[in-house]
Amino acid sequence: MLEVRDLKVNYGAIKALHGISLRVDKGEIVTLIGSNGAGKSTTLRTISGLLRPAEGDVIFEGQSLRNMPAHEIVRLGVVQSPEGRGVFPNMSVEENLKLGAFARPASEKAQIAADRERALNLFPRLRERLKQSAGTLSGGEQQMLAMARALVAKPRLLLLDEPSLGLAPQIVQTIFRIIRDINAGGTTILLVEQNAHMALQVAHRAYVLEVGKITMEGVAKELASSDEIRKAYLGHG
Amino acid sequence: MTEKLIQTLMDGLAVGSLYALIALGYTMVYGILKFINFAHSDVFVLGAWMSYTVALCAGWPDGQPTHMATWVLLLLVGIAVAGGLVAGFTYWRRKRIAPAAYTLWLVSGWGWVAVLLVLLARLLHQNGFDIIAGGVILVCSMLTCGVVGFALERLAYKPLRNAPRLNVLITAIGVSLFLQNLGQLDWMFGTRPQGMPQLLPDKVLFNFAGTPGANPGEWLVQPVRVRLLDVIAAGTSIALMVGLDRLVFHSKLGRAMRAVSFSERNAALMGIPVDKVVSFTFVLGAMLAAAAGFLYSQKYPGLGQTAAAVWVLLGLKAFVAAVVGGIGNIRGAMLGGLLIGLAEMFVKAYQSPSVVDIYVFGILIAVLLVRPGGLLGKATVEKV
Repeated sequence: MLEVRDLKVNYGAIKALHGISLRVDKGEIVTLIGSNGAGKSTTLRTISGLLRPAEGDVIFEGQSLRNMPAHEIVRLGVVQSPEGRGVFPNMSVEENLKLGAFARPASEKAQIAADRERALNLFPRLRERLKQSAGTLSGGEQQMLAMARALVAKPRLLLLDEPSLGLAPQIVQTIFRIIRDINAGGTTILLVEQNAHMALQVAHRAYVLEVGKITMEGVAKELASSDEIRKAYLGHG
Repeated sequence: MTEKLIQTLMDGLAVGSLYALIALGYTMVYGILKFINFAHSDVFVLGAWMSYTVALCAGWPDGQPTHMATWVLLLLVGIAVAGGLVAGFTYWRRKRIAPAAYTLWLVSGWGWVAVLLVLLARLLHQNGFDIIAGGVILVCSMLTCGVVGFALERLAYKPLRNAPRLNVLITAIGVSLFLQNLGQLDWMFGTRPQGMPQLLPDKVLFNFAGTPGANPGEWLVQPVRVRLLDVIAAGTSIALMVGLDRLVFHSKLGRAMRAVSFSERNAALMGIPVDKVVSFTFVLGAMLAAAAGFLYSQKYPGLGQTAAAVWVLLGLKAFVAAVVGGIGNIRGAMLGGLLIGLAEMFVKAYQSPSVVDIYVFGILIAVLLVRPGGLLGKATVEKV
């Protein structure tokens, strides 16, 4: 479904990605793990068109996203829930959800309403807070809103950037359970995480990113039990 | 006593609503791009002069048709042809029509609409429908300034979207000087002040209060005069402001504008075409300024040349209104505009016209001391 080929991205003179390749198949949860500054968010931002690659290409269902502006990539069904939630704090929860459906044509009104219902059923806490401004939500609720908003955009490939960032362990559990539910509903997911432990639990396959290079890849369960990973990311001696 | 109070109040609201219209342009651009578009007040001046030019082309006062019409037509054809050339060339080289071609066609097409409007205004004027013709001239002036706003953003500001804000600010000052001097060219508006023809009939709608004298038309105590012109000016501004408020807070496009103003990047991730929203904001601001220019020129028909100090001061006061209300806040700009207009008229009526500016800028200082973010501006609370 998605193929990243030998992607190189620079920030001015700084090389952030040194040529990474990865693949996401339909129906999968693929996770990209790695420590701070490894280039995980850079990868996601390049896929969704916020950054331009210096070399390499991103192919979504046979179509190159290389020169496509970000707002058109969303229309193809590649939807990102950004790092740090990215909810619009001055707008109500309701308005944030409406923005999620911005790219969809007015003719899909009934379907948008159905998708909104489905998203609110996944995150019932948001339903109680529809009129509340998003800036007053707790961190966990904002994360839920960011994900619900992405779901309203009807993603075929959902890109999640650090959904566990700065959240209490209990909420992280809930978020990851919901990620699995979303995937069970048929949405393909590319999950970027620092929390390797949780990410490897929900994902089918995983890539390990270290300073702009992919150093390991494989089935998530196997990676989770490999010594290197346990030492570097899971905190087991 | 009460008569004077009410009269001042009404004058203040009429002038204040014009300030508010201009202030909205400053505040919308600041809200989205976080810089002060110093060229905005020149778009307002252009709106006034454009109304004058269109009025002349439409046959006011006894028809001294300017050469500008010919130039404008030639220019429009030229722009359309240029668009065709760009499209042809890029299609030939890259099998893709460059966006620049669409931009040129858009400008040209918009211009043709303006030409048609001029003809319509002429027709209406000849048949005695002056009020409607005035409305057509208003629309024509707004459209023209909208195109100018669009072009300014595309040519001057868009290439600097990711540059430091200071660079953009300096560019804005440059654009402002460019427009001021361009307007003085002979084939534009020239360096001589002109008198704006009376497009909208100005008559006293009715008088109230006051004490009539012995003869009709004589007053012992001056009554409150409600003038048609003021009613039209205030009514138009208020209608435009209500429309804008609806647009920004209750429409999909407005939601997109607010999203872009918070974060361009996250807005793009929602599928919002950021460049189009920014262009639209500039066009909207320029159109409101043009409307203010039209209405202002009707109320004060002496049009100074485009770089005249009067215009600069007006633009500055509208900017002060935007800051007083809280820059970036649309309702704040409306409030600030009305406040500055009222203050100005009250000082004029009760103290002296020569000290007006002291009070206007005094209000700015006072507000900034107490509420640095402006009256309705507030620091946004972010949770991490």
